[in-house]
Amino acid sequence: MKYLDEFRDPVVARKILNEIHAVTTQPWVIMEICGGQTHSIIRNGIDQVLPKEIELVHGPGCPVCVTPLEIIDRAVEIAGRPNVIFTSFGDMLRVPGSHKDLFMVRSEGGDVRTVFSPLESLKIARENPDKEVVFFAVGFETTAPGNAMAVAQAAKEGLPNFSELVSHVLVPPAMEALLSSDANRVQGYLAAGHVCTVMGWDEYDPIAKKYKVPIVITGFEPMDVLDGILHTVKQLEAGTHKVENRYARIVEQGGNQPAQVLIKDVFEIANRKWRGIGEIPVSGFKISKKYAAFDAELKFSVDDIHTEEPEACISGVILQGLKKPHDCPAFGKECTPQNPLGATMVSSEGACAAYYKYQRILSE
Amino acid sequence: MDFPEALSCPLPILSHDTVQLAHGAGGKLSNEMIDKIFLPRFLNSTLEKMEDQAVLENPGGRIAFSTDTFVVDPIFFPGGDIGDLAINGTVNDIAMSGAIPKYLSVGFILEEGLPFETLHRIVLSMEKAAKLAGVQIVTGDTKVVNRGSCDKLFINTSGFGFVPENVNISASNLDVGDKILLSGTLADHGMAVMTTREGLSFQSTVESDTAGLNHLVQDMLAVSTNIHALRDPTRGGLATSLNEFATSSEVGIQLFGDAIPVKENVRGACEILGIDPLYVANEGKLVAIVPSNIADDMLSAMRGNEYGKSATIIGEVTDKHPGIVAMLTGLGANRIVDMPVGEQLPRIC
Amino acid sequence: MCLAIPGKLLEIFDENGLKMGNIDFAGSVSKACLEYVPELEIGQYTIVHAGFALSVLNEEEAKNSFDAWDDLIDRANAEGIEVEKLERPD
Repeated sequence: MKYLDEFRDPVVARKILNEIHAVTTQPWVIMEICGGQTHSIIRNGIDQVLPKEIELVHGPGCPVCVTPLEIIDRAVEIAGRPNVIFTSFGDMLRVPGSHKDLFMVRSEGGDVRTVFSPLESLKIARENPDKEVVFFAVGFETTAPGNAMAVAQAAKEGLPNFSELVSHVLVPPAMEALLSSDANRVQGYLAAGHVCTVMGWDEYDPIAKKYKVPIVITGFEPMDVLDGILHTVKQLEAGTHKVENRYARIVEQGGNQPAQVLIKDVFEIANRKWRGIGEIPVSGFKISKKYAAFDAELKFSVDDIHTEEPEACISGVILQGLKKPHDCPAFGKECTPQNPLGATMVSSEGACAAYYKYQRILSE
Repeated sequence: MDFPEALSCPLPILSHDTVQLAHGAGGKLSNEMIDKIFLPRFLNSTLEKMEDQAVLENPGGRIAFSTDTFVVDPIFFPGGDIGDLAINGTVNDIAMSGAIPKYLSVGFILEEGLPFETLHRIVLSMEKAAKLAGVQIVTGDTKVVNRGSCDKLFINTSGFGFVPENVNISASNLDVGDKILLSGTLADHGMAVMTTREGLSFQSTVESDTAGLNHLVQDMLAVSTNIHALRDPTRGGLATSLNEFATSSEVGIQLFGDAIPVKENVRGACEILGIDPLYVANEGKLVAIVPSNIADDMLSAMRGNEYGKSATIIGEVTDKHPGIVAMLTGLGANRIVDMPVGEQLPRIC
Repeated sequence: MCLAIPGKLLEIFDENGLKMGNIDFAGSVSKACLEYVPELEIGQYTIVHAGFALSVLNEEEAKNSFDAWDDLIDRANAEGIEVEKLERPD
């Protein structure tokens, strides 16, 4: 595939890797924020071939992992109602709430449907005027433009039966929350390329300056990830802490302006709880007052949500990069992708699932 | 879409346009449906006796017996339909033992209101698939259920074939050093069905690979009967078949990542939906485990068959990491290819 | 997070008042909303996430990346390590 295969060339990837080995002189801890990059790292075995001095810590960049339990429980409750068609990206269906997931709601007779785009959910609303159609609007900045468009379009078309259950989170506040923690070990960041496609990178300059960390905007193909690591290590070795764009074929400094305009119109900044981490101030979106009629949280009052997180699960400290999945006593035992205790085991990009699936073969 | 067979065999004149509950009640309407829709297409000397059972000659030796039920949604998809899938699926399950499939039974569960035109189209493609595979449909059954009790139609096929002497194919036969041969590209069927499903906004060019593989297997056995294991990687994909092999035989499987063929448009669909082709269903591919000394001859024989044209060696059996399937990446790292969990869903992250 | 894949714009159309396009991903064609990339022209590559085109692919910048990586390869060759040149998109 064009603009994809060229960035997967193993020969070039090995050259970049050699360069990383050549420039690394001391131990460094680098966090890739985005679950997509975690996936690429594990799938291609990048962690296995890096110099032993470089430790990659897998960040909280996966909406499946960080969507709080309350919201999942709320989704489960709404999806089970008789007059509701509940629509969601495929990712969220297996995420366990306190008692069940959306698959179980479907097997109990709930109308739960997978969509690939929020506009498909809108189409379902158009075709089913006598039903309430709810879209589970999860995601980071990358997904926000689409989810905002669906709300704006529902308002324009006058589709009162469409609403979104929003759990949107933002990357820069989470990066800052991790850096300001006393236990922080992260010395450099690979910033999430597709988040920056939408938002640009101006927000990262103050973070890089304040915490003296290099932040390198990085793509997702093996060569991109290696290139991001190379330039982070180069900065660390040189003692610099700049924001650097290594995904310039996709990302512009200002990001996508039309998308930002609509996001600002449909959403407003809110405090958000991150599963496993806790509440982070101004770290997410909720639907703005102007579009309150399309806010499923207001439309469906859900009382009596008592969330219960499994005790054994340490996904919170894993998301913060303080521990690795195999440090967890439940990892691969009580907790597996078939029977996940925590969200990091649910998403295929969650650090635990990724480790479980692609863990290195110790016998070699 | 073009259906030349349907044009050459127009729908017979029936007293109803759609399937009624009475068509399953065993009376005149049942007989009309059997006489006009099923018998002319499936006819053979056993079936035409219209007994409650098929009485068949027993040539002696071992038989391979298998059953499968088909509920695919949608029932028509690019490259095939539930009809040829139902024939090829059971033919392939039998053939993966090395047996020559001979006889099938067919059970239909029809939803009240199903247009006869639809049923006729499906029966025509079953006829065609059975002819290509060289199998006879010797007994059958039809039930009609209330609207909503099934989705359009479900088909069960069971069947058996005869296993040649000296053929002993089993998932537990893998030996260290064996080569892993794949008959062609991965993920065609699963992605053809997925991209056709409503809601995904795809105009896909991906076609199902549904095909009977029994002749390919016989071409392979003509090279050597010493094939250790064979499987058609359907649900769960190649990753599932290989994990089952590794577990049954207590050996490791080492795949060479860049050797596994996937068609360009299939890969495009996989990329955009976030799906790994190793976990996607195939309906016209087989994976064979053979001793390394016959691997090259086996590969040539496979490539000489229409359904093995793009056959290739994708890995080997190793004594390292028993029970585990691993794949070498372009960077020289080795990652585990685990069993899938649940169905493959399009994802955004 | 945020699976987004490059594809080529084949055609532009209107659907419910939204600017939409068919995008070719190596032969599999999928519909995407083009409202956020008003400058995208037929034949250009864009990156699509969850049915929305988010950015026009900058071919010049892609070329710059390849040039930088080519330099790494030239250096490797100069050190006596044989490495082929990159395959580039045309």
